[in-house]
Amino acid sequence: MNHPAEIEGAVANPTGIGASMRRKEDMRFLMGRGNYVADIKLPEMTYGAFVRSPHAHARIVSIDKSAALAMPGVIDVLTGEDMKADGVGSLPCAWPVVGKGGAPTKEPPHPAIAQGKVRYVGDAVAFVIAESLHQARNAAEAVAVEYDVLPAVVGVLDAIKPGAAAVFDDIPDNVCVDWELGDKHATEAAFKKAAHIARISLVNNRLVGNPMEPRAAIGAFDRARGQHTLYTTSQFPHIVKLLMGNFVLNIPQHKLRVVSPDVGGGFGVKQFHYAEEAVVTWAAKRLGRPVKWVCDRSEGFISDAHGRDHVTEAEMALDENGRFLALKVSTIANMGGYLSTFGPNIPTNLYGPLLAGVYTTPAIYCEVKAVFTNTVPVDAYRGAGRPEATFVLERLVDVAASEMGIAKDEIRRRNMIPPNAYPYQTPVLMEYDSGDPGGCLEKALAKADWKGFAKRKAASAAKGKLRGIGLCTYIEACGLAPSRIAIRLGVRGGLFESAAVRVHPTGQVTVLMGSHNHGQGHETTFAQIVSEKLSIPAENIEIVFGDTDKVQFGLGTYGSRSLAVGGSALVKATDKVIAKGKKIAAHMLEAADTDIEFADGVFSVAGTDRNKSFAEVALSAHFPVDYPLEILEPGLEEQAFYDPVNFTFPCGAHIAEVEIDPDTGVVELLSYVCVDDIGTVINPMIVDGQITGGVVQGVGQALYEDCVYDPESGQLLSGSFMDYCMPRADHVPPVSVETHITKCTHNPLGVKGCGELGTIGSPATVINAVVDALSHLGVSHIDMPASPHRVWRVINEAGGAARPAQ
Amino acid sequence: MLIHFTLNAKPVAVDVAPHDLLADVVREKLGLTGTHVGCDTSQCGACVVHIDGRSVKSCSTLAVTLEGANVTTIEGLASPSGQLHPMQQAFHEQHGLQCGFCTPGMVMSAVDFATRNPNPTAAEAAAGIEGNFCRCTGYQNIVKSVIAGAAAMRAAK
Repeated sequence: MNHPAEIEGAVANPTGIGASMRRKEDMRFLMGRGNYVADIKLPEMTYGAFVRSPHAHARIVSIDKSAALAMPGVIDVLTGEDMKADGVGSLPCAWPVVGKGGAPTKEPPHPAIAQGKVRYVGDAVAFVIAESLHQARNAAEAVAVEYDVLPAVVGVLDAIKPGAAAVFDDIPDNVCVDWELGDKHATEAAFKKAAHIARISLVNNRLVGNPMEPRAAIGAFDRARGQHTLYTTSQFPHIVKLLMGNFVLNIPQHKLRVVSPDVGGGFGVKQFHYAEEAVVTWAAKRLGRPVKWVCDRSEGFISDAHGRDHVTEAEMALDENGRFLALKVSTIANMGGYLSTFGPNIPTNLYGPLLAGVYTTPAIYCEVKAVFTNTVPVDAYRGAGRPEATFVLERLVDVAASEMGIAKDEIRRRNMIPPNAYPYQTPVLMEYDSGDPGGCLEKALAKADWKGFAKRKAASAAKGKLRGIGLCTYIEACGLAPSRIAIRLGVRGGLFESAAVRVHPTGQVTVLMGSHNHGQGHETTFAQIVSEKLSIPAENIEIVFGDTDKVQFGLGTYGSRSLAVGGSALVKATDKVIAKGKKIAAHMLEAADTDIEFADGVFSVAGTDRNKSFAEVALSAHFPVDYPLEILEPGLEEQAFYDPVNFTFPCGAHIAEVEIDPDTGVVELLSYVCVDDIGTVINPMIVDGQITGGVVQGVGQALYEDCVYDPESGQLLSGSFMDYCMPRADHVPPVSVETHITKCTHNPLGVKGCGELGTIGSPATVINAVVDALSHLGVSHIDMPASPHRVWRVINEAGGAARPAQ
Repeated sequence: MLIHFTLNAKPVAVDVAPHDLLADVVREKLGLTGTHVGCDTSQCGACVVHIDGRSVKSCSTLAVTLEGANVTTIEGLASPSGQLHPMQQAFHEQHGLQCGFCTPGMVMSAVDFATRNPNPTAAEAAAGIEGNFCRCTGYQNIVKSVIAGAAAMRAAK
């Protein structure tokens, strides 16, 4: 029982590894007893509202606070100049990258409240604090800001045009970093030998992550102890503590506590250090009273970091048999008006290396220009760089297959990394430790009845509908960590994870995790790992997270890392508990430590029936009468840190079928099949939920969601749920989730991660299906979202050929 | 102005301003924070409560209209002894929730829907919760929960 990775499938323990145990955290949410930041009320609390820029680009000529200050209940109105006077620092970028020729990422100052200039619609200009939220919002309307409006630059292609307006005066070309990866010469040489070159130009549409809980932050200051507390909707409270305390507000780390209680979804959007966190923390000390800010949805649309937003040209060189010889990708990526915490890392390190996919392409060259524009900062959103890479590669593979007359499954099969080639070194940084994408592909093809498609297409045609089938394979590098590689790639910090296992005198266990649970089911999954290892029921295990005063350190939750990195730390910490328990038991049983075995929750002397239960050992550790105090400390609590040697590499194959109504352009998604290799599964039910949810978010990108700015004024046109189309229940087909497991070779559980693969695989899968349905019209690509209007236009531009061929 | 209504089977009297919304009144003045606010355009449904047994978006209901009404929030759905409503239990069994933020509104919508359609198909269940966003689950397990919850509500009758 000490090696759970080896016993997957044999689920003896109903709360152990492999069990679809129902979630421990459900009860409070189902009964309305969750504790989200917006639910918190502190004594003497005040309420804040931001005045935000209505212009995409303007000089702030003056700010007149007087009318607002005279309004009822108003306590203060704070501006960027006030922050500057208090010596507040710039919001830092935590992951810059090195560009061509060693050029550093340009990191212009990012004040939490704008100073001198505003750079996007939504940039904070002032913060009004009042006795009630209503008073604060009313007074925010009365802050008189005079702007000198400047020309704005919105789209990435416009941003790099000569003579374009400069977002920052000292960066006249708007280029943040011009980055490259791979062997340019080898790639060029391979293109010269190509029998066929496939080309694609595409846009990866800008998205708004929109977790259902809007962001919120409360600052509080305890004068007696000089202690700051920030309650925030964060995926990584410890990083907020480090970045905000150390770089922005100059608060010593021992005087700052950051609490992220229940958080209502993150999807990457809540993993950055946001301006509002610094503002409420700073303001609370100035006022000597707690300050609460809760974002409303409209404000979220113009202040949550956005995702994606790439424009790409890509080419693939193939030999006469459809073998991939080389890939060349050139992308322009939007950074928005300032650098968000991880901004430059997303379209570079998390994008370029994934262009290898699951294929043996020997030469790859990728260049990415990250550019500033007068839009909301862009950063990670579920998948972060990897959906964009997969979209480029898998669209291009389909284009090549069509042009060369090779079946879409066959071209992938011909180029796939064979199962015996692992560990597999790609030409772009990554060494894949394990995987069987070919196995995933064959399973998916069978499950989706790929061979029977023609019949279904004919049946759709008989109804006047255009049916298409789309296939996509993907690989992702996740489990972020490893620190050593990530630091080489630019991150300013470590990326390990921590876990502490605190055994109470009665044998119950509290686990303190550095990762953060905001929907992923950690309270259940982590309890299952401990339950498996210690053979105690999950109901006797409490998982604690999200409070820097409780959990010593942690890097939080993003990049499908919580299980692969945090879960591995938990295994290590639990192993340490068992190791100490053996020493205690050895003393109690008058045997040598080396003779003690731990199985099924019992420490026993090997080969005898002499034993002590886990609870007896825990009690002895806390009431050390019969205890080897000379050689062993009392107590039973162990902490472990885990920093893996490599990323993890989930991979898989997804297949979708769509039906298009040629008269309206409406795309109906009929079916979606995924077969994914995610390593060891701890809780199949939770995994199924994570994959399905991710797939539907990716379907949102493919068919519905689009963050649209007016290209001239920089006004956000899709700034509400009335305008930004998120998937609803009746948009979604049955998603069939299956796994095809190879274990990760370098972590103790053999786990890989499953949080992001849905959004990574599904956009390309769905668009490949849409293009397939329209291929008889000569359509080789359609940009996302494949909205009715866009599809209808494509069909009509193709003339009268829209009717399905009977 | 002072208004009187029944909240989760108990009479309440609360002083509200003419512009106060029901969502804000239950959250801020009555301390019931299970009702969530996820948008400002009545699109997300996280705030759904029951007024006289029908699901209503409390973010767009003026509190002053509630004089004499019977209001149930998520906190009032389980039995006083703490036993989950069959729909809550179904969401738990079917893994119909992840982050939990949309859950209260989703469950309240589902209960009203299942009362009106006790034996829904998957398509009907999906249409029945069309006014509620969930960003985590992809809805599949929510639809299963609604069907299972409706069956359990039927059985409990």
